[in-house]
Amino acid sequence: MTTLGPGSEIDGFLLGERIHTGSMASVYRLMGPRGQLPLIMKIPRLGPGERAVNVIGFEVCRMVLGALAQSTHHPTLVAYGDVETTPYLVMEYVQGARLGDRVERGPLPAEEVVHLGSALALALHDLHRQDVIHLDLKPTNVLYRVNGEAVLIDFGLAHHRHYPDLLAEELRFPVGNWVYMSPEQALGVRSDPRTDIYSLGGILYELATGRLPFGRPRSIAELRRRLYRDPVPPRALNSATPEWLQEIILRCLEADAGQRYASAEQVAFDLVHPSRVALTERASRTRAAGWWTHLRRRVQSTHFEPAPCPPPSRQLQAARIVVVALAPKETNEPLRAALRSAARDALAADPGCRIACVTVVPPAATLSGEGEEATATGRHVRRLVELRRWGKPLALPEERLTYHVLESEKPAEALIEYVKLNDVDQILIGASRGVAHAHLFAGVCNRIVAQAPCSVSVVRPRAE
Amino acid sequence: MKLALFADIHSNLEAITACLGHAKLLGADRYAFLGDLVGYGADPVAVLELIEEYANNGAVVVLGNHDAAVLGRPVEAMNVNAKASTLWTRGQIGKRQRAFLESLPLTVVGEDMLFVHASASTPENWTYVTGSAEAERSIAAGNARFVFAGHVHEQKLYFIGTGGRPMPFVPVPGVPIPTARCRQWLAIVGSAGQPRDGNNAACYALLDLERERLTFFRVLYDHGSAARKIRAAGLPERLALRLERGA
Repeated sequence: MTTLGPGSEIDGFLLGERIHTGSMASVYRLMGPRGQLPLIMKIPRLGPGERAVNVIGFEVCRMVLGALAQSTHHPTLVAYGDVETTPYLVMEYVQGARLGDRVERGPLPAEEVVHLGSALALALHDLHRQDVIHLDLKPTNVLYRVNGEAVLIDFGLAHHRHYPDLLAEELRFPVGNWVYMSPEQALGVRSDPRTDIYSLGGILYELATGRLPFGRPRSIAELRRRLYRDPVPPRALNSATPEWLQEIILRCLEADAGQRYASAEQVAFDLVHPSRVALTERASRTRAAGWWTHLRRRVQSTHFEPAPCPPPSRQLQAARIVVVALAPKETNEPLRAALRSAARDALAADPGCRIACVTVVPPAATLSGEGEEATATGRHVRRLVELRRWGKPLALPEERLTYHVLESEKPAEALIEYVKLNDVDQILIGASRGVAHAHLFAGVCNRIVAQAPCSVSVVRPRAE
Repeated sequence: MKLALFADIHSNLEAITACLGHAKLLGADRYAFLGDLVGYGADPVAVLELIEEYANNGAVVVLGNHDAAVLGRPVEAMNVNAKASTLWTRGQIGKRQRAFLESLPLTVVGEDMLFVHASASTPENWTYVTGSAEAERSIAAGNARFVFAGHVHEQKLYFIGTGGRPMPFVPVPGVPIPTARCRQWLAIVGSAGQPRDGNNAACYALLDLERERLTFFRVLYDHGSAARKIRAAGLPERLALRLERGA
């Protein structure tokens, strides 16, 4: 191939400035009016002396991006050239802030970690839902659009369950970024979406502390240390890190995939609901485990068996978030019981499922009552107590059952917003019967059924 | 240009008719039948007449072990149901069908493709390609970009990577797989006439030669009628059940 540069033409595309030169590919802006979308062309480095993985990366990228549904969480693939003759990918040029730049400014305040991390987790979830695992998640592969949404780029090492894993054979030397690589990926496992959750944990760690959880390994032996070593707890490096954030980060960074979050959606959920994070020993850790524990784990790690994993999308179905929407002061006991029984069914069908019990109350200013009921906190607590009373018989551990009191004049809109924000999979809602004191909820049910972006089950006690 | 690939048809007229119809709807204009046209099923004559017509129009057809058995290869090594159906089939087919079977080669080499019933390494031994080791031998012997085969009734795609070893992949029905020119591929297209993976839908594959994509399909067909005919012919009950259950 002749030397390429601004002004060169490939298949009718006119190259502009080169915006990136990496070890695997060069990226050019494209010039000229070719539709509304600003475009880039990515050209893999091929030819003598270049790594074979570059070609495979090109093939994989084309396969995976071509198969993904149109979404804001990854660039749109516009065109591609033949791998034999003129390999290139033409994609949407994503204008936005680079996570790589933010990371360099770490440690960042917790609010910013939450902001960046939850958007990234939702983008990742969107990918996992389509049976794709990124496998090369690192700050330089994450951009943020102006509206705050995260965009994942560079799918050269990704794996789509519907396609042959062209990189599966490159096991001798684990491909990907070693800094953020999960223990199982270091051992050659490329089929577990929780691998991306580990890398997400590494990024959150870096954002919160300004340090890398395991440094920059230079050899396989150094890379494998993460099989048995803990990272230094974030709070030991940055005391401003809240306990709940340390809990989330360390749970993502568990060596055993089975101990991590089951889905990126759950990470996003916990990040935006700090008070709902069930704190364990991880939250209060002040230092990494001692040498004795490391030695024991090191011996055990020689028999390290990656946790079994079902296909990504099936696994996500088994980590659903179900919202139970209760009207404030719902006193209809048969209805409450029916909702509980529907929640039990959802839980029985899926052991990874979480229940979020939600009610909506009008903002304090619009209340016209007297006494304790009228004070915002007093009322908030009362509603929480009501929700807890509803949930207690389910006897679920804290991390699987959470309670939320939302404030809004418009309960249906508030619930739908909540569902969108948290990527909820199903809503259970009681059939409204125009109960006088629940007037705020009248008609809510219909609106939710009509507008919610997920399944809605309307629950009605049999006797009615 | 789209090449439709069928294997292990096993005298199942309902299944092969459904697959051919499916492929035609998707624009198939070239055809390959990868052996075991007969055996097990109750429609050997109709199936052979149908495939001969395609052969006369340029379709690739290769010989399978059941076809060879019907032509007189010893049946002692076969299982009891295969043996019973082979002996029954010998009594059904006429001179014309026999001549057609006798005309079939073990392998056909096309541009950049090799068609064979079992492993291309020793086609006459009917070796099952059930793992990477045999896949490697078959691909090496095939010496083409694609080796298309049957014999093993489940759909599978082996691809050679830079490491030089074939990697197995179980295709997802209906998902087109880009088949880059720089690789070698061994596709086992699955059984049209006697699926055995617990799914009773017929298997076949379609290669889009222009867009370089290979798609594996599962096609629902009237397995009830096919099973009824097997029972009516007095063939072993197990063979009818197998079509109903797909296992």
